[in-house]
Amino acid sequence: MSATTIAFAITLGLAAGVLAGMFGVGGGILFVPTLVALGLGQLEAQATSLLAILPTVTAGAWSQRRYGHLRARSALVVGIASIAGVEVGARIATSVPESSLRVLFAVLLFGVAAHLVWRTRRRQRARYPESS
Amino acid sequence: MRLVAIGLVAGLFSALFGVGGGILAVPLLVLVARFGEREATATSLAAIGITALAGVIVFGARGEVNVAYAALVGLPAAAGALAGSSLQQRVTTSTLTYGFALLLVVVGVLLLAS
Repeated sequence: MSATTIAFAITLGLAAGVLAGMFGVGGGILFVPTLVALGLGQLEAQATSLLAILPTVTAGAWSQRRYGHLRARSALVVGIASIAGVEVGARIATSVPESSLRVLFAVLLFGVAAHLVWRTRRRQRARYPESS
Repeated sequence: MRLVAIGLVAGLFSALFGVGGGILAVPLLVLVARFGEREATATSLAAIGITALAGVIVFGARGEVNVAYAALVGLPAAAGALAGSSLQQRVTTSTLTYGFALLLVVVGVLLLAS
C-alpha cells in the first residue's frame, strides 16, 4: 500500500469519525466507499466497515457519556432490538422490489429532514417571537 | 416499547437499504421518544456499537472482515469521533439539527443516485 493510499484512508477515516461524533451515526456511509476504493469487494467492505465502526462509536459514546448525554439503558434496548430488525431486514431484502422502495425511503428521509427543520424553526420562533 | 420499535425500524431499514441505523435512530429518538438532540446522538452511537458488534461476530466468523483495513480507517475515525463530539458541544441545538437534516438529504440523494 502506498503512502498516498494510507493518507487517503486516514483522512476519510477521520472525516467519518467527525461525522459520527457530531451526528450520532456510525460512519459507514464513508467507510464503505473508502474500503471499496482501497480494493475490497462490496460485501467485504461492508463487513469490514462494521469493525471500523466499533472503535468509532466507542470513542464517541465514551466522550458523550462524559458530557452527560448518554442514556445507556435506552441504547441497550435500541441496540438489541436493532439486531432483530437487521435479521428480519436481511431475510426480506431479497424478496422486495428494490428500486421503488429505495425511492420511497429517500422521500421518507427528505420528509424527516423537512420535519426536523420545521420543528426547530417553530421552536426558535416560540423563543424569540420578535426576531422572525 | 417505543425504544424497541425504534431499534427494530432502524435495524430493518439499515439491512434493506444498506444505510447505517443511526441515520434513522437519531431522528426517531428525537421525534418519537422525545430525547434531546445531543442525548439522541449519544444514545444512537452506543446502540450502533451493539448492533455492529453482532454483525462483526457473524461476518467475522465467515472470514469477511479485514482487520487491518478496519484499523486503518477505524482508528483515525475514533480520534475523529472524539473531535466530533467535542465540536457538537460547541454548536447550538438548532445548528446541530440543521446539520443533521442536511446529512439526511445527502443520504437520500445518494440512495436515489445508487
